[in-house]
Amino acid sequence: MARTMLLIGTRKGAFLLESENRRDWELRGPLCESWPVYHAIHDAGTGALYAAAASEWHGSAVWRSTDLGETWALSSEGIGYDDDDPRKVSKVSSLAVRNGSVLVGVEAPGIFESKDGGETWSLLSTLAGQPGSELWDDPANQPPGHLGISALMTDDADADHFWTIVQGVGTFETGDGGSTWAPRNKGLRADWPRPHEEVGFCVHRLVRSPSDASRMYQQNHVGVHRSDDGGHSWTEITDGLPSEFGFAAAVHPHDRDTFYVIPLDPGHARCMPEGEAAVWRTRNAGESWEKLTRGLPQDHAHLGVLRAAMAADREDAPGLYFGTSTGQLFASIDEGDSWSEIAAHLPPIWSVEVAKVE
Amino acid sequence: MAQVQLPPTLTPLFDGLPRRVEIDAATVADALAELEQRWPGLHDRLCEPGPALRQHIHVYVDQERAQLDTRLEPRSRVHVVAAISGG
Repeated sequence: MARTMLLIGTRKGAFLLESENRRDWELRGPLCESWPVYHAIHDAGTGALYAAAASEWHGSAVWRSTDLGETWALSSEGIGYDDDDPRKVSKVSSLAVRNGSVLVGVEAPGIFESKDGGETWSLLSTLAGQPGSELWDDPANQPPGHLGISALMTDDADADHFWTIVQGVGTFETGDGGSTWAPRNKGLRADWPRPHEEVGFCVHRLVRSPSDASRMYQQNHVGVHRSDDGGHSWTEITDGLPSEFGFAAAVHPHDRDTFYVIPLDPGHARCMPEGEAAVWRTRNAGESWEKLTRGLPQDHAHLGVLRAAMAADREDAPGLYFGTSTGQLFASIDEGDSWSEIAAHLPPIWSVEVAKVE
Repeated sequence: MAQVQLPPTLTPLFDGLPRRVEIDAATVADALAELEQRWPGLHDRLCEPGPALRQHIHVYVDQERAQLDTRLEPRSRVHVVAAISGG
């Protein structure tokens, strides 16, 4: 029977939550020998699971499972710059699949690809020559946050078309499988000096509407922004939110105008404002926002949610999921109107992805 | 034969890898190369490009802190330690 699987990356391993009805969940983990897992995904084409992990002791590797998480193996063969290259791979931080191959983004910024199910890897691109690369190619000048390539977003309709975020620099798009790139940050705001007009933007989370390929949203370090032209230009839609700052975001799978963010205090706290847990939703592409709190803790709930820790499934009545940096996982199966805690006491959650598995 | 003791975080990563391995090698680097032959991928878990020992992997030969070029005697005891790196 088909079931929903949540893939949870945490500071102490990967966890899997599974449910046939999205109400009753079974938890498995910690997996991947409790290595810090930055991102875990499911490849719908092959059924494989992948987890990008970086051990303080044993370095970075991508774990893989071909039996839905029962057994795992890891490999870093080919994930690394040449011995005489001053750049080092300190971390594997983001994963994506495209047409049978697997992509992993690393720090120092680069994208590696596996065409054999994660057994071996080769360098696909370092975005060489892009504005800002002269800075991020310097080992002493890595982008803040030290994720390097903090996200990869593929296009189901075109395997050669995808986007990547260089943390603290901005979004870049390729249409030829990573051979050439273009910055896609026009119209974004930055409250700091930038060495190039086209980059220097702190894109926290980029999402694209499954129902309209031209519609994108992003939660930025400064503001929430919408694009109606596939990321070529951006319009700020922050008005009405309690904070311009946040990390996580999700877009409704069937309605391009419905989008969710989790605003956070921008200071040291980086928690939900006033100790009240809330997801904010727009149903009109950012013209107005509503605060969603039903089922979420409202008293001294000092919860943070990181950039990759929110996801939406694609059911007719879509489910939304987010994990906190204090180890709770919340879910909604009524488009955010109400929420329930489906796991607690996990390690700090770094990523949440959702898949349909058999 | 030198006796190499490996950290408990390493053994679950490779089928059949024991905590203690007997190796005939002239240096620490040679010993790790031999381990890589027997368990492909192991070298990368202990060394970074250069190659050099990973920051939090410490090696001791006969109780003295060692590096990759440290020589081994036929009956050396080599301890590979995953050093404390936070909670």
